[in-house]
Amino acid sequence: MHQALAQRFRDALPTGPDHVSLRLVEIRTQALMVRNDIVQPPSASEDIGILVTVHEAGGQGYAATPDLSSSGIAAAIARARAWAIESARFSLVDTAKLPMPSPSGEWRSPIESRWQDVPVAERIERLRAVCAAAATDERIINREASLLITDTTSLRITSDGGEVFQHNQATGPELSVVAHANGDTQQRSFGGGRGAVRQGGAEVLDFLGFDASPERVTREAITLLEAPDCPTGNMDLVLAPDQMMLQIHESIGHPIELDRILGDERNYAGTSFVTLDMFGTYKYGSDLLNVTFAPDVSTELASYGWDDDGLKAERVTLIENGLLMRPLGGTVSQNRASVDGVANARACSWNRPTMDRMANLNVEPGDSSLDEIIGGIERGVFMHTNTSWSIDDSRNKFQFGCELGQEIVDGKLGRIVKNPNYRGISASFWRNLATVGDRSTMGIFGTPFCGKGEPNQVISVGHASPVCHFAGIDVFGGAA
Amino acid sequence: MIPSQFEALVAAIPSLLPEGMGFTAYGAGEESDFVRFNHAKVRQSGSVSQGALTLRVIDGRRHATTELGLSADLEIDQQRLASAIGRLLETVACVPEDPHLLLSETVENTHQSDPTPAPDAFAITNSICAAAEGTDFVGIYAGGRQWRAFANHLGQRNWFDSTSFLLDYSLVHSKDKAVKTSIGGKQWSDAQLAASIAQAKVQLEALDRPSRTIPPGSYRAYLTPAAVAEIFELVGYGGFSAQAQQLKVSMLHRLAAGEASLSAAISVTEQTDRGLGPQFTPDGFIKPGAVPLIAEGASASGLISPRSAVEFGLEHNGSDASEFPRALSMSGGDLDATEALERLGTGVWVSNLWYLNHSDKNAARFTGMTRFATFWVEDGKLVAPLDVMRFDATLYDLFGDDLEALTATTELMPSASTYESRSTDFIEVPGALVKALPFTL
Repeated sequence: MHQALAQRFRDALPTGPDHVSLRLVEIRTQALMVRNDIVQPPSASEDIGILVTVHEAGGQGYAATPDLSSSGIAAAIARARAWAIESARFSLVDTAKLPMPSPSGEWRSPIESRWQDVPVAERIERLRAVCAAAATDERIINREASLLITDTTSLRITSDGGEVFQHNQATGPELSVVAHANGDTQQRSFGGGRGAVRQGGAEVLDFLGFDASPERVTREAITLLEAPDCPTGNMDLVLAPDQMMLQIHESIGHPIELDRILGDERNYAGTSFVTLDMFGTYKYGSDLLNVTFAPDVSTELASYGWDDDGLKAERVTLIENGLLMRPLGGTVSQNRASVDGVANARACSWNRPTMDRMANLNVEPGDSSLDEIIGGIERGVFMHTNTSWSIDDSRNKFQFGCELGQEIVDGKLGRIVKNPNYRGISASFWRNLATVGDRSTMGIFGTPFCGKGEPNQVISVGHASPVCHFAGIDVFGGAA
Repeated sequence: MIPSQFEALVAAIPSLLPEGMGFTAYGAGEESDFVRFNHAKVRQSGSVSQGALTLRVIDGRRHATTELGLSADLEIDQQRLASAIGRLLETVACVPEDPHLLLSETVENTHQSDPTPAPDAFAITNSICAAAEGTDFVGIYAGGRQWRAFANHLGQRNWFDSTSFLLDYSLVHSKDKAVKTSIGGKQWSDAQLAASIAQAKVQLEALDRPSRTIPPGSYRAYLTPAAVAEIFELVGYGGFSAQAQQLKVSMLHRLAAGEASLSAAISVTEQTDRGLGPQFTPDGFIKPGAVPLIAEGASASGLISPRSAVEFGLEHNGSDASEFPRALSMSGGDLDATEALERLGTGVWVSNLWYLNHSDKNAARFTGMTRFATFWVEDGKLVAPLDVMRFDATLYDLFGDDLEALTATTELMPSASTYESRSTDFIEVPGALVKALPFTL
C-alpha cells in the first residue's frame, strides 16, 4: 500500500513548488476498562489519512484528506498549493529560504510481545483480575482497571525522493481507585492518569508490575483517607519521578519550546520567560541540573527516528550543569530564530500540521541514593504522582498537587499526608535543586495528553527522571 | 457528507450483522480551513477534510464500539465497515452482558440543516492581514462546514449540519500583556472584523501604563465574563457529571449532596436549545432544550448519561457519555455591566484567567492565573496593568458569601477548541463582582 501511495504522490507532483511532502498516518487504538468488576464496553478506533504540505512562492500551505486515491492526492496538493500561493505575501516564514530535510529510512518501536497474539478475552481477564484485587476495603468505592493500546504507522514522502517509515506502539495500563469516608475522598492510581505508558507491546504490563499494583494502590488510598493534611510551610521538597515528569514538562519543556519563544502560542498555550539571548548564558538551575532531549531511550513514550519534518532525531543536552544551552525547536523554528535546536517538529495525526513539541525530555541522574537524599533532610515532604497542575502564561509561577505525600523528619520518612501541594517560580525553583538521585532512583514516565497549538493538538511526550530534592519550597495541604 | 451519503453508508450495516443483532452509528465530520497568525502574518494555513463513523454492534446486552475514519469513497468505506464489523463481532462474543447498557428505543428523527455557504477562507485571510497590519496580532481563524449524524437498527435518523467560523485572537502589547477577544458566527463580515480590532486597539491603550505588582493577599475583584467562563469550564470538567458526583470525585459533590451551597444568585443550565450544536447525542438520545444544573445556589441535577442513569438509578437527561456541559448557560444578575468599574471601586479588574486546576477537589478549591489584561483599579478608574498573579480560592467562597453581584448581561462565547475537530460547544456567563479574590503568588 505504501509503495502504491508513494507512486501516486510522485505521479501527481506539479513542477512549480519548491518542496512538497506527503505524510501518511494510520492510527489504531483499543481501549478496555473493567470498573467495579463490570467490563465496560470495549472501544477501538481506526483512522488513516494524509497531510500534504507545499512550499511555493515563499509561502506554505497544507491540506489534509482521508482520500488516498490519485484524485484525492492531486486535490490535496492543489489545495495546499493554493494556500501557499494565496498566503505567500503575508507569510511569516519565507519558505524559499527554508531547506527541508528529505531523508529515507525506517524506525520501529521495540516490541517483545505482540498484542496481536493476545486475544481480547485474555486482555479483559487480566484487567478483571486487577480490578477484583483492588476490592480490599469497603471504603474503596470505585475501582477502574484499564488498558490503552495505540498503534501508529507513518510514512513521509517528499518531492525530492525522501521516504521515511516509522512504527510506534504504545501500551498504557492504569489502575485508579477512589476511597471515601466521613466526607473525604482520596484517589490513588498506578500511573497518575496513564503516566506509566511506554512504547512496546504486552510485555509493558509485566515490566511495570501492573498485575501486582492493587495491593499498593489500595493500601495507600486507605492510608490517605486516614492521613493528616500535608503540612504548610517553607521546607524541603523531594519529588518522585512520577511527579518530576510533570515538573520537567511544565517548567522546563514548555518554556524552552522555540515556537513559544517566537510567539506562535501567545494566543493559546502561552509565551515563555525564556528569550533567545538566554541560550548559552542563562543559569536555569543549580549545577546539578542536566537535561537532555532523548529520542533514543528504548521504551520511552516519545522515542522516534525522525521528526515529522524529516529531521534525524538525536540525543542533545539542553541544560548542562544548570546552564541553558539549546531550545526545543525543529527545522522551521531553527531557521526563523537562527539557532540550533532538535528534531521535535511533530504532529498528532494526519489532520494537523507540525509544530515544536518536547518529545522525550529527561533529567539525567546524579550520584545520591534515595537513603542519602532523605537522610540529609531535616524537615520536608516527599511527593508522589501528579494530580493537579497550573502554571502561568510565561511558564513561571506554578502550583502543582500530588496524590500522596510523606513527611520527612530528621532524615527519616514519616507519616503519609494527604492533599500535598507546592508552588514556586520556574526561574528560581530549579536553582534550588539540592540533590539529584542516582540511576537506582530513575523512573520513566510519559503522557499521551500534552495539549498545544492552533488548531489544537494532543500528543505523547516522555519524561524520565531520578528522585530530586529541592530546598526551601512553599508546601501546603488542602482547604479542610 | 450529506444526508443521502450517510444513509448510503449506514444502509449496508444490517446486512453485515447476524440476525437479531442491533447497531448504533454516529457520524461526525468537517470541511474546515485553519489559518494561524503571528505578528499579523500567516504562520500556517491549510484545509482539513475529515469524517468518522462510530459504530456500536449490540447483541442483547453485549456490545462493543469502533470509530472508523471515513475515506469519502463509499465503496472503500463499506469495505472498512465490513472488516470492522467482523472484528466487532469477535469482541462482542467475548464480553459479558453489560448491566448498565441503556439504548434509545423511541424512534425520534430530527433534521437540522444550515444552508449558509462555507466562508471564503482566502478572502478572509486577506482581510485579517490587512486589518491587523501594524499590530502584533496572534491567533487562529477556523471556519467551514461540520456535520453530525445518527442512525440505528430501529430506523432512527438524526442529522445536523452547520456552517460557522471563529476568529480567536490577541493583540499583544508586550510580553504577556495583551487584549484577547474573538468574533464568530455564520457569515463573515469585514465590518465586524474592523470593529473588533478597533475596539481591541482602544483596550490596548490601557496597557500602555507602567505595570504594577501587588503583594499576595485578598482583593476585591471584578471578573469579566471571559474570566468567569474559565472558572465554570473547570467546574464543567467533571463537576456536573452524575457519575463523578455519585463517586464523590466531583468538585461539586458536596453541593450535589446538599452539604454545601452557592449564592442564591447562581443558576446554571445546560441550554441545548440555543441551537449551536446537534440536539441529539452520539447514542441517539434527543437532548432536552434545557437542563437546570444549579438553581438559586443549590444543586438541581447532574448531567446524567444513559449508563449513569442505569447504574445509579437516575433518569438520564440527554448527556453524552462524558457528562460534560456542551451548552452551559449561567443566569445574569442585577449589576449594570457599564457600572462594573465604578461598583468595583478599588480592587482588581480581571479580564482573563488561565490554566485553572483543582487544589483540593473535596473543598471545591481551585487555583489559576490571571492572564493578558488585569488592572489595578482605584475609585472606579483603571490605574495600572498588573503583572500576572496566582489565586487559590474555593467555589463556595468565590460564588458564595464573597459574591457581591453578577452583571445583568451575559456573554455567549463559542468554544475555540479544535482538538481533533472544531467544537460546537459554547458557554454563556455574566461578569462577577467579588468581595475577595485570594492571590497567593
